[in-house]
Amino acid sequence: MPALAVRGLEKRYGSVTALAGVDLEVGEGELVGLLGPNGAGKSTLVKIACGLVRASGGTAQVLDARAGSLQARRRIGYLAELFRFPGWYSADELLELHQRLAGSEGGAAERTELLELVELTEARSRRVEQMSKGMQQRLGIAQALVGRPPLLLLDEPTSALDPVGRRTVRVLLEELRGRGTSVLLNSHLLSEVELVCDRVAILLHGRLVAEGSPAELARARGVEIETDQGVQVFEDASREDAPRLVAELVAAGRSVYGVRVLTSTLEETYLEAVGGETS
Amino acid sequence: MRAVPTIVGYGLREALRRKVFAVVLLLTLGFLGLYWLANHYVFRDVENISPPVGIDARTFAGAFMFGLAMFATLFLGVVLAVFLTLGVVRGDAERGLLQPLVVRPVGRSTLLFARWLGAVAVCAPYVGAVYVAAMLITGLTGHWWPDHVVVPGLELAAGVAIVAALSLLGSVFLTATANGIAVFMIFGAGLVAGLLGSIGHALNSHTLQHSAKIGAWLIPFEALYQDGLREITANTTGFTGFLLQLGPFGGAYTGGALLRLWAIAYLALVGILAVAGFARKDL
Repeated sequence: MPALAVRGLEKRYGSVTALAGVDLEVGEGELVGLLGPNGAGKSTLVKIACGLVRASGGTAQVLDARAGSLQARRRIGYLAELFRFPGWYSADELLELHQRLAGSEGGAAERTELLELVELTEARSRRVEQMSKGMQQRLGIAQALVGRPPLLLLDEPTSALDPVGRRTVRVLLEELRGRGTSVLLNSHLLSEVELVCDRVAILLHGRLVAEGSPAELARARGVEIETDQGVQVFEDASREDAPRLVAELVAAGRSVYGVRVLTSTLEETYLEAVGGETS
Repeated sequence: MRAVPTIVGYGLREALRRKVFAVVLLLTLGFLGLYWLANHYVFRDVENISPPVGIDARTFAGAFMFGLAMFATLFLGVVLAVFLTLGVVRGDAERGLLQPLVVRPVGRSTLLFARWLGAVAVCAPYVGAVYVAAMLITGLTGHWWPDHVVVPGLELAAGVAIVAALSLLGSVFLTATANGIAVFMIFGAGLVAGLLGSIGHALNSHTLQHSAKIGAWLIPFEALYQDGLREITANTTGFTGFLLQLGPFGGAYTGGALLRLWAIAYLALVGILAVAGFARKDL
């Protein structure tokens, strides 16, 4: 059973179509990255999945429960793109509040573990208003993990983080995958998505325009061979063709100094998929 | 419903932090101090007044002053209720405070109910305390006590509970500022309707009386206040009673058991509208 199953999902805001029939699945223990330019419908999809926004058409199921239902909300953790916590709560109090709301019985031990996971142990008693934006974002991730939800929906979880903070989140996501937690990660950071995600989905104008593993999306672009006559690119060649090409060049009297199999990066695939669009 | 006490506590802590309580407490102390001073001078001078035949000057002064105190109590209660609820839905959603709560397995209706309950849990005891304090000031200073003590206090508290519900309903659709303005304008409209009713009765104008009655039933917190005014001089008859009926802080004409039933139904109706609006709202 998929952790999240979206079928023909549509959302219209008046005359604006945010989602125009999206099909997407996040399997159990799978980490799926959602990419797309601003206004592509990524946040809308995530919000429908966690019940903040009502779909205009199609279905969204969280572990077989209708997205937005109480049953579905018991199974998700969510970090919004734009969120704020009351400034007068300490990190510990905020997590305790969410434990009560989520019905988690993890108590102080769970809070300690979550603060350790996001490297906020030292800030346990610090008030939210005294935290940097990055610390608040990490606290937001800890909040989303309260009650060990099987599905985590993260909307731009690293947007306010510095490189060290991003690495912390990356390590955390890998650990969550190890625990079998499913994650839908909405991010603009392609390198991050490429590094941690099992599968990537690219949205454009509310439609899914590309989907697959980072390796599948990073297509072959040929083989580059450096010889005594300079660099030659064999555009239609694949990795399997490299030994034959080298042998042919050597047989032709060329000296071969280097061989490189060319693949497109996720960034190139992304730019190709969205046509360089931004908003 | 297990989440209700948690959300009530969340709302109260927010109010405490935003210094809503501190402001209201200061205003209340200021009001009670001035009210005691006014009572002191009014009842000192009443001793020296020779009223026309048939008028009990002490009863008139006491009922009039206490009617004024009831208005101030209602106003302060409304200020507290509005500031506790004006940004609960749209205001908090725009600031990103609401979304982390709404995605929890807590129904939206439970969230709204708990926020209303939190506001009422603060406002009702507050209104009761100010009402009793004002009554004690008038009673001990001027030796005048209302004819009925409990019902007017309960009606004031119920009026404030209705305003809190209206403010919550407004918060579903309006920004915090717009909602605050709207609720205070409704409150003002209610008071105007009540005054028009008093004038209508004094002039025997059926049109004014009818308009005031419609206004009072449309916004029953005003009708409850009017009924409270009627209750404090329920047993006052003769020329004194007639003068008090002229208002603005004396006996009124709107009220009775039907009004109290309507107030309950109205509260339920406002609650249903707020829940329905919130359920359909994209956040």
